[in-house]
Amino acid sequence: MKEIFVRLNRCTGCHSCQLACAVEHSASKSLFAAITETPRPRYRLYVELGNGEKVPLLCRHCDPAPCLEACMSGAIYRDERGVVLGRDQSCVGCWNCMMACPYGVVGWQKERRIAVKCDLCPDLEVPACVKACPTKALVYAEAEEFTGGVRRAAAGVIARAAAAGG
Amino acid sequence: MKYLIIGNSAAAAVGAIEAIRSQDRTNPITVISDEPYLAYSRPLISYLLAGQVSQENMFYREKDFYENNRVEARLGEKAISVDPESKSITLETGEKLFFDKLLLATGGTPIFPEVEGRDLEGVFTFTRWDDVQKIMEFMARNRIEKAVVVGGGLIGLKATEALVERGIKVTVVELADRILSITFDHKAAAMVEGYLKERGVNIITDNTVSLIKGDNSKVEKVILKDQREVPCQLLIFAIGVQPNVDLVRGTSIRVNRGIVVNKYLETSVPDIYAAGDVAEAFDLVMGIDRPIPIWPSAYIQGTVAGYNMAGLPREYGGWFAMNSVDICGLPTISVGLTVPPEDGYEILEDHHPQKLTYRKIVLKDELVVGAIFIGKIDRAGIITGLIKDRVKVSGFKQHLLREDFGLVWLPKEYRKHMVSGVGVEV
Repeated sequence: MKEIFVRLNRCTGCHSCQLACAVEHSASKSLFAAITETPRPRYRLYVELGNGEKVPLLCRHCDPAPCLEACMSGAIYRDERGVVLGRDQSCVGCWNCMMACPYGVVGWQKERRIAVKCDLCPDLEVPACVKACPTKALVYAEAEEFTGGVRRAAAGVIARAAAAGG
Repeated sequence: MKYLIIGNSAAAAVGAIEAIRSQDRTNPITVISDEPYLAYSRPLISYLLAGQVSQENMFYREKDFYENNRVEARLGEKAISVDPESKSITLETGEKLFFDKLLLATGGTPIFPEVEGRDLEGVFTFTRWDDVQKIMEFMARNRIEKAVVVGGGLIGLKATEALVERGIKVTVVELADRILSITFDHKAAAMVEGYLKERGVNIITDNTVSLIKGDNSKVEKVILKDQREVPCQLLIFAIGVQPNVDLVRGTSIRVNRGIVVNKYLETSVPDIYAAGDVAEAFDLVMGIDRPIPIWPSAYIQGTVAGYNMAGLPREYGGWFAMNSVDICGLPTISVGLTVPPEDGYEILEDHHPQKLTYRKIVLKDELVVGAIFIGKIDRAGIITGLIKDRVKVSGFKQHLLREDFGLVWLPKEYRKHMVSGVGVEV
C-alpha cells in the first residue's frame, strides 16, 4: 500500500497541502467555488507550527486503528488495500474517533454531523496534498521505497561527513 | 475445532470473529443471540428513536458479514446454560451445542428497579433495538406530550435528546446531585444541564421515582421521593446496566461483578473466554479489574479474545473509561478519572461557560489520568494517547491546554515512538 510520508526538514509551513486537501474534498473541487460552499470544505491533514518546528500531520492508517476500534456506528472501515476510510452515510457524529485518534487527525464537519479523515484521495493518482507541496516535503510511496531512500540519503550524509572529517 | 460465541452485541462478538478469521479461515464459528437482528450497534438506538438513523443503518457491519466470514448465525435463539465440564451449552429449545473454544459476549442488562407501577404500559428500559421498537409502537398508538427519563447518565441523556427531537417535553430525574455524575465533574455537568434546560428539558436532581401511577393500565404520572408529581405519558428507565452473568451463575466460571478474566481474556475455566460489557478486565487508569461498559474496549477485548481462541497468544493491555457523546449538538468527551477521589492530583483547566467550552486535564505523579472536553474537542485524542501510553508530561504540561495544542508540543521521543516504520517521523 502506498502511503504519504513526510520529510520534516523540507516543510516550510506554507499550508498549501491543507488548502489543496480542502479543495479536493469540496463539492466543486475548485478553489474559487470551494471558498463559498456551505458547509465549508474541511482539510484532513494538519500542519502544526510551534515550538520552533513545522510538522505536517497525516493519518497513518494504523493497524490496528484506534479510530476504527472506537467507531460505534461501523462507519469507519479498512478497505482491501489497507486504507482506513469513513462512510459518510453511516456516521452519526458521536466523535468517538476524535476521542481515540492519538495523532488528533480525525476532524469533523459539525454542520453535517460527520467526522472527516484522510482518504488518500481515491479519485486521484497522487493525493492532492502531495501534489500541492512546493518543496516535496510530502512523498507518496510504498514504505520500502521511501525508507530505502531515507537510508541512502543517510548513508550519503555519513559518507560526506567521513570524507570531510578524513 | 469449533468456535462458539454467545452474544451478538456488536462490538465484542464482531471483534472476535474478525480476529479469529484473520488466523483461521476454515474452522466453524457459530454465534448464538437471543436478539433476532444481525450484529447492530446498540448505541445507535437513540438515533433510531430520533429518526436520525434508519433501520438499514443500524447494522455494525455489511449485511453479508456473517456469510462472508462463514459464521453460522443462530439469531433469536437463547442460550440458557453453560456446562464447562462437557464443553457444551444448552439452548432454550433443549438443544445442546458443543464447543472447543467459547466466547461469552453477553453484554449488559439494564437495571430496572422494583418500583410499584413499573408494569404499566408506557414504561420502558433503553438498551436494545427491541426497546426502541416497542417505544415507537407505543408512540404511534398514543399521544405523547410529556415524558420522564429516570437517569441522567449518558444513555438517559441520549434518550432525552431523541425525545426532544420528536417534540416531546422531557423531565430527567437523577438520583445524584448532578447529571452525568459518573463521567463528569460539577462544572461540566452544570454546563450540559444549562444547555439542556435552554432546550426545554426539565432536570430534577437528588431525587428518584418512588411510585408510578396510571389509569387504563397506562402510565399517567410519577411520584418522586419528595412527593412531587410529574405527569407523563411515557417513562424510560436509563439508570445503567450491569454485566449479564445469568448464564454462568452456579458454574465453575468465576464471577465477581462481571466475569473474571485473565490478561488473555480467558475465564477461570480454560478455553472459555469473556469480552465486552460482561467481562471484568483490566482498567489501566484505576489499576484494577472492573467492567467498563464502553464501545472501544468491548471491540478490542473481542479481538484479543478472538486471537487467543484461534491460537495466537495476545495480551490485553487494559483500557479505561472513555465516552464521547454529542448531546443535542453539544459535543462532550470524558476520559479516565475526571474527578480526583483524594488529594495529590493536579488539575489543569480552561473553563468558559459563556462560550460553552470546558477543557480539564487531571494529572497524578506527572501522568495524565483523566480529561474532560466540552464544546472544543478537536485533538482530544492526543490527550487520550498520553493516558494510554502513560507518558510523563513534566516539561510540557503547560502546553496541554493551548488553543493551538498539537503533537508538535510533545517531546520528539514520544512522537517517534508513536509512529511505526523507519524514516517515518512526526
